[in-house]
Amino acid sequence: MKKLINSADSVVEDALNGMAAAHPSLRIRDQVVYRADGPRQGKVGLVSGGGSGHEPLHAGFVGYGMLDAACPGEVFTSPVPDQIIDATRAVDGGAGVLHIVKNYTGDVLNFEMAAELVEDVEVTSVLIDDDVAVQDSLYTAGRRGTGATLFVEKTAGALAERGAALNEVAAVAAEVNERSRSFGIALSSCTAPAAGKPTFDLPETDVELGIGIHGEPGRARVTMVSARELAGVAMEAVHSDLPLQGDLLVMVNGMGGTPLMELYVVFAEVAAFVKGKGARVARSLVGNYVTSLEMQGFSVTVCRLDDALTRLWDAPVETPALRWGR
Amino acid sequence: METALFVAWFEECARLVRADRDRLTRLDAAIGDADHGTNLDRGFTEVLKALADSAPGSEAEVLTTAGATLIRRVGGASGPLYGSLFRQMGKALESPVTLAAFAAAFEEGVVAVERLGKAALGDKTMVDALAPASRALALAVRDGVGVRQALDQAARAAAEGSKATIPMQARKGRASYLGERSIGHEDPGAASATLIMAALAGVAG
Repeated sequence: MKKLINSADSVVEDALNGMAAAHPSLRIRDQVVYRADGPRQGKVGLVSGGGSGHEPLHAGFVGYGMLDAACPGEVFTSPVPDQIIDATRAVDGGAGVLHIVKNYTGDVLNFEMAAELVEDVEVTSVLIDDDVAVQDSLYTAGRRGTGATLFVEKTAGALAERGAALNEVAAVAAEVNERSRSFGIALSSCTAPAAGKPTFDLPETDVELGIGIHGEPGRARVTMVSARELAGVAMEAVHSDLPLQGDLLVMVNGMGGTPLMELYVVFAEVAAFVKGKGARVARSLVGNYVTSLEMQGFSVTVCRLDDALTRLWDAPVETPALRWGR
Repeated sequence: METALFVAWFEECARLVRADRDRLTRLDAAIGDADHGTNLDRGFTEVLKALADSAPGSEAEVLTTAGATLIRRVGGASGPLYGSLFRQMGKALESPVTLAAFAAAFEEGVVAVERLGKAALGDKTMVDALAPASRALALAVRDGVGVRQALDQAARAAAEGSKATIPMQARKGRASYLGERSIGHEDPGAASATLIMAALAGVAG
């Protein structure tokens, strides 16, 4: 393993120190990342969090029009209740706080515990579970939360910025999750610093289909094929679960180790697929947003937009990793 | 059973988890996200610090301190789950701490884990080691065997339960995302639960 770290034990702390130094718009305290200008009285607070290793998710999305605080856990490990409690109290402007939680057992348990313990703040939680690679049945932990998290944080953040009430912000968050689906493909594994070696072995000739964002193996392993065919696999999986129609918000997300050039190659195929189904790419995002350390590969997330959601997506945002219109 | 024994239990937990940290992480890498050994090592190290700082005055206090520390320091799923196990045991433990009192408290702890994780026997989780251990303790109480033998039987039951997870398909936690590909791997949570029971049998001997 060769990584730009000082030690595996201090990697999260060291990275947060770097974020604080690079972004004066952020304030970092006790492993929680806040907007330096918050909280604002009367505004619903948005708190998200999860394991580190998915940068820029979530800390890179703290700022105007998006999150008020992010709780980064250890690498690929959910945050602890203390962090979430601190964040929730700190961002409450009297209008309550929305917890945006990805559906992973650890994230769910720690956010649940925190929400129970913060009795002095009104908290509502929304669970993100957009990954169609996971069969949603009684016999699994349910679908994972992946790329739709960014869509939810952006749209709910825009609504909260306008001064909407907690129940309205939570309703939009849930609606965006309902309208979104994702599918991911890995060309390589990744190496968590503390583990010191790749999470799984993937031969040069193979790819993993239906991966999450933690370097975990996917649903199946197949022989490597062209970008067109891989994009087709991902889009068929999405389309068969939520038929593509009307205006779509489409994100082709890099897993951390794939050049932007290749992501654009994939996006061209995704756009052609969408067109082939008679739908329209109304808004798009291409780049590394929800990553898995240095894993090679991509995920595609699609959200069926309506006019209201399009306006929320277009609303100004000013965060380290997402910024427009302001 | 006395306070010092419970403190020794956590010292032994910390030692066994440290020694087996890489194996636990490898088991987790196969079907999860490769952080189980690292997380528990960090958690039990914090438990020892908390026990040294707070000098708990009773067996129950040792357990609740350990449980709260694991919840506050570990994160992931294992922090809240193991934290709840020990905290609930501490809340339920009656004094004097006989084998029967311990077995009853342990059962309540396991129920708390099942409830929080929404997991049952056969889901390929730590419950597959904890529940058989709990049953072994209850049987030992019924049969009137000594403490040392009872804890040995509980440790063996946990180990057998953990091995039994190998052919199972996971239905809870991150491994459940793998579907059939989770078959053929020992569950890392069941493996760490086995270490925890072995630690208790070890210090009671």
